[in-house]
Amino acid sequence: MAIRSFFLFILFFSSSLSPVFSLYEDQVGLMDWHQQYIGKVKQAVFSSQRAGRKRVVVSTEENVIASLDLRHGEIFWRHLLGADDVIDGIDIGLGKYVITLSSGGSILRSWNLPDGQMVWESSLQGPKHSKSFLLVPTNLKFDKDNVLVVFSNGRLHAISCIDGEVLWKKDFEAESFEVQQVILPPGSDLIHVVGFAALSQFEMYQINAKNGELLKHESASFSSGFSGQVSLVSTETVVALDSTGSILLTISFQDGKISSQQTPISNLVEDSLGPAVIIPSSVSGIFAIKTDAVPIFIRVIGKGNLEVVEKTTHEIAVSDALSISEDQQAFALIQHASSEIHLTVKLAHDWDGNLLKESVKMDRQRGLVHKVFINNYIRTDRSYGFRVLIVMEDHSLLLLQQGEIVWSREDGLASIIDVTTSELPVERDGVSVAKVEHNLFEWLKGHMLKLKGTLMLASPEDMAAIQSMRLKSSEKSKMTRDHNGFRKLLIVLTRAGKLFALHTGDGRIVWSYLLRSLHKSEACQSPIGLNLYQWQVPHHHAMDENPSVLVVSRCGPSSDTSGVLSFVDTYTGKELSSLSLDHAVVQVIPLPYTDSTEQRLHLLIDADKHAHLYPKTSGALSIFKREFSNIYWYSVEDQNGIIKGHALKCKCTGEVADEFCFDTRDLWSVVFPSESEKTIATVTRKLNEVVHTQAKVVADQDVMYKYISRNLLFVATVAPKGSGEIGSVTPEESWLVAYLIDTVTGLILHRVTHHGSQGPVHAVFSENWVVYHYFNLRAHRYEMSVIEIYDQSRADNKDVWKLVLGKHNLTSPISLFSRPEVITKSQSYFFTHSLKAIAVTSTAKGITSKQLLLGTIGDQVLALDKRFLDPRRTVNPTQLEKEEGIIPLTESLPIIPQSYVTHALRVEGLRGIITVPAKLESTTLVFAHGVDLFFTQLAPSRTYDSLTEDFSYALLLITIVALVAAIFVTWRLSERKELQEKWR
Amino acid sequence: MAAVTPLLLLLLLSSAPSFSSGSRNAYNINGRVKIPQGLGTKGYALPGRMSNVKVLLNGGQNITFLRPDGYFSFHNIPAGTHLIEVSAIGYFFSPVRVDVSARNPGKVQAALTENRKGLSELVLEPLREEQYYEIREPFSIMSLLKSPMGLMVGFMLAVAFLMPKLVENMDPEEMRRAQEEMRSQGVPSLSSLLPGGARN
Repeated sequence: MAIRSFFLFILFFSSSLSPVFSLYEDQVGLMDWHQQYIGKVKQAVFSSQRAGRKRVVVSTEENVIASLDLRHGEIFWRHLLGADDVIDGIDIGLGKYVITLSSGGSILRSWNLPDGQMVWESSLQGPKHSKSFLLVPTNLKFDKDNVLVVFSNGRLHAISCIDGEVLWKKDFEAESFEVQQVILPPGSDLIHVVGFAALSQFEMYQINAKNGELLKHESASFSSGFSGQVSLVSTETVVALDSTGSILLTISFQDGKISSQQTPISNLVEDSLGPAVIIPSSVSGIFAIKTDAVPIFIRVIGKGNLEVVEKTTHEIAVSDALSISEDQQAFALIQHASSEIHLTVKLAHDWDGNLLKESVKMDRQRGLVHKVFINNYIRTDRSYGFRVLIVMEDHSLLLLQQGEIVWSREDGLASIIDVTTSELPVERDGVSVAKVEHNLFEWLKGHMLKLKGTLMLASPEDMAAIQSMRLKSSEKSKMTRDHNGFRKLLIVLTRAGKLFALHTGDGRIVWSYLLRSLHKSEACQSPIGLNLYQWQVPHHHAMDENPSVLVVSRCGPSSDTSGVLSFVDTYTGKELSSLSLDHAVVQVIPLPYTDSTEQRLHLLIDADKHAHLYPKTSGALSIFKREFSNIYWYSVEDQNGIIKGHALKCKCTGEVADEFCFDTRDLWSVVFPSESEKTIATVTRKLNEVVHTQAKVVADQDVMYKYISRNLLFVATVAPKGSGEIGSVTPEESWLVAYLIDTVTGLILHRVTHHGSQGPVHAVFSENWVVYHYFNLRAHRYEMSVIEIYDQSRADNKDVWKLVLGKHNLTSPISLFSRPEVITKSQSYFFTHSLKAIAVTSTAKGITSKQLLLGTIGDQVLALDKRFLDPRRTVNPTQLEKEEGIIPLTESLPIIPQSYVTHALRVEGLRGIITVPAKLESTTLVFAHGVDLFFTQLAPSRTYDSLTEDFSYALLLITIVALVAAIFVTWRLSERKELQEKWR
Repeated sequence: MAAVTPLLLLLLLSSAPSFSSGSRNAYNINGRVKIPQGLGTKGYALPGRMSNVKVLLNGGQNITFLRPDGYFSFHNIPAGTHLIEVSAIGYFFSPVRVDVSARNPGKVQAALTENRKGLSELVLEPLREEQYYEIREPFSIMSLLKSPMGLMVGFMLAVAFLMPKLVENMDPEEMRRAQEEMRSQGVPSLSSLLPGGARN
């Protein structure tokens, strides 16, 4: 024991200052895991290459373009485009280039299919905004060059597939012309552009594909107008709906002549009620409409005769058509039955004959099928086989083949909205399956290998064995709580309305649950998840209860739609209950009180500024009433630039008596002048942050008291002109103002103006300091500033007696008119990179020094010691200050590559960084999410309270053996010497 | 992979006003990212894959990628002062300040913001390589000795072999006195502490 503490002592003091987080390359994957996702697939194109590995190229709603392995679903390559660079269409040209059209049809890029290298990029402009289409004709050539046809921004382009040169372009400048389809009839050099003009005019343009010459322009007017999309049923026929959605218009433009036929839907379906919408599909001869959520398939026979072929009551999804031979087209249809999905592949001209009919068991937690993509292959017996790629409601991607799920990807995890954590169950008898080392021999062998590794004697195979042994360690992925608190569950809410529980040890999905309350229903049209809160964290009482989380969601995008609460057990992943609220949820305030079953009290503020208390139990109410006058909160109105403080007033004075509803009153408001300031960022301290000590001992035995208040709010405002992007304003007309506001009294404690600076502002608040990142236009560099706030009222309490008997701020009245005696210190530094996110490490007791975690624009996470952002830094610190650990002031903050938490990885599309304290004081758990997920453990001051992973037990054993041997040797020697003494 | 041609670098910093919607003129910024050969070949992995390099304008407002020869371009950029950043795993690039002038189109000025060095042409080169991992020191006797256990063994050896030497150099008179003192106090000798020593 003594030896161990001696080691700890040495380890603690040998921790060097420079890069605190650093990793050897062979330690990758021991503490961290990284998962790559792509997001919900919008479009998929199968590569038809005969040789090589089968691929599928997909574009997603996260603006990712990726090439996936069709056999296993792994990512070959992937690119994340900019946030505004929404992908409109993808296709494969010449069998080796992936063509993407993005940014509303204004950027066309070509990527090399095998390795994802961009080949060329073209910018396409046009006279006006319009729908965009990307077509890759197989037979259209132009001087031996394959041509792409792109319609975007009201202009038709023909573009060379080799280098992206625009060969010709043709404008469609007619004011009201809205393009609906661009058609390339196979085997001809014509392009048909069809669309609507002036609401009731159908227009058809025939264009020579060789040179863009307008050959024919026909139009016909329909008095009843159009609504929605059109469906293309053949290269010369489209089907549209009239403006009431009750009459189908079959318009054909054979040989440039427009003819049409009108069929009321009621003629086809007897009991159709509501207006219909066309479901987009591209199967020739067949189209689908949907009335009252019932999909109906209609076949077009000859010139505009319609016939219903199928009317289903199940939820369905249809794929696009796939040409399997000269004149045959196949498509896939998926229908839901209770726990299965039925896949049928049909030929376009023969509805009743099925090429394939399969049933696949489907996890209910995946929801409905949203999209289907079909691909065929030739079996060994030369018949056609089909595989389909399906996109589910929870955004996952699955490949079905021969009635089985070949692979699946949980791409819902690419769009995480909120994260919280939950403890694992305590280890009890029978709960865990602790794996002991199998036998002594294996154990010895393992240690021999490790010893060889340390002595650099190991062969490459041995090294691989050691590495896999370390990574496999079952210890970290056990399903029970551990002593150090490293093993937890990360509960994440995704945009698809699904909850996932990820194990921190290896990142595997423990359970997932598609929230039923987030399903579309009549009462709740477009439900969206908002936030996750820890609802019940049992520790003292109610130990037998499972912990649970609260999911707050609402029924629409605007904040006044009614809310929905769901409570989910974090051990089992089952929904305990859900509540449809009759009020909106504008703000959720977790209160620092729990009831007798450890359920946390939450206050929900609705749109009418009433506060509702949850859980609705009498116990909670009595606790709440006790703390009634101590509850304050604030609200930020971004548009008006007002920050308001609120408190509770009395019970609701509505007709219905509701004892859990309370009226509120406004306490104070801070109004920013709208002509000179616009709020862009507000940050508070984390609710669960622990501060170890208020006192800070500075160099000359002096004590400073941190001003620690949970009610401090950091607000950053910029000049309205400067709220745009960089480069839109000059330094003279832009400024940034930072405020520290007390949210109980509304008092502005500190205000500082940075002239010539602008947003975006990323800020983090912890203890008594705030660090914020913004752009300095004068230097044209990013800057980071720190503000530290100290309590002066206790500054005289220098020794213990004064501390006990001296002045406290506890007794001073809380009022707007009694200004607390505080001083602030601040300093600014340059920082190289743009930021996407900022966070600070948090530990169990708050003793360990802090590190800032900066999510850089390159999607990496950099750990920066807080000591670099210390306002007491000076150019030449005195000896005393140096001893205290003050770093000499430099103009810019250092970027040490070894302190990248994500080492050589990227968390593509980084959106947020979450830190969770482990039980071990030195360690904090870091979870970074974006399109990718990354998790690691950090020890901001090294692991001073436990042995590190690379601690060599073998060396310890050798040392002990050597010590014992030495003891014996010296004992022999001393014995002999004693004998000689005696003989003398 | 994507050999950077060591040819004459053309001044590609054109900003001809291109056609755009609206009355405001928009410009193109063209440039090139050049990762010198030789860099990136040493170290842990070859991160110099050009396909994973991103070029970002104004903190991610526009993102573009590199062509095989390292060229990139931003389209439809309004006049003003912009910031270009390059994100490449394994390299540290300084952000670049780019002034697109509306008054005399075609004139673009660029400067590295890290060291305020002006660029005559928009060719971006990494300032340095980034090594994300600590390098494991090869096994050496010194490192073993410097480790806490090594220090302990060393200290013990020093005690075992240097102490008798010290004792020898002591005055015999003084030593005898000391020994007698020890015996009289009955301080247990090392041998009596050990199980083997107790038997003797």
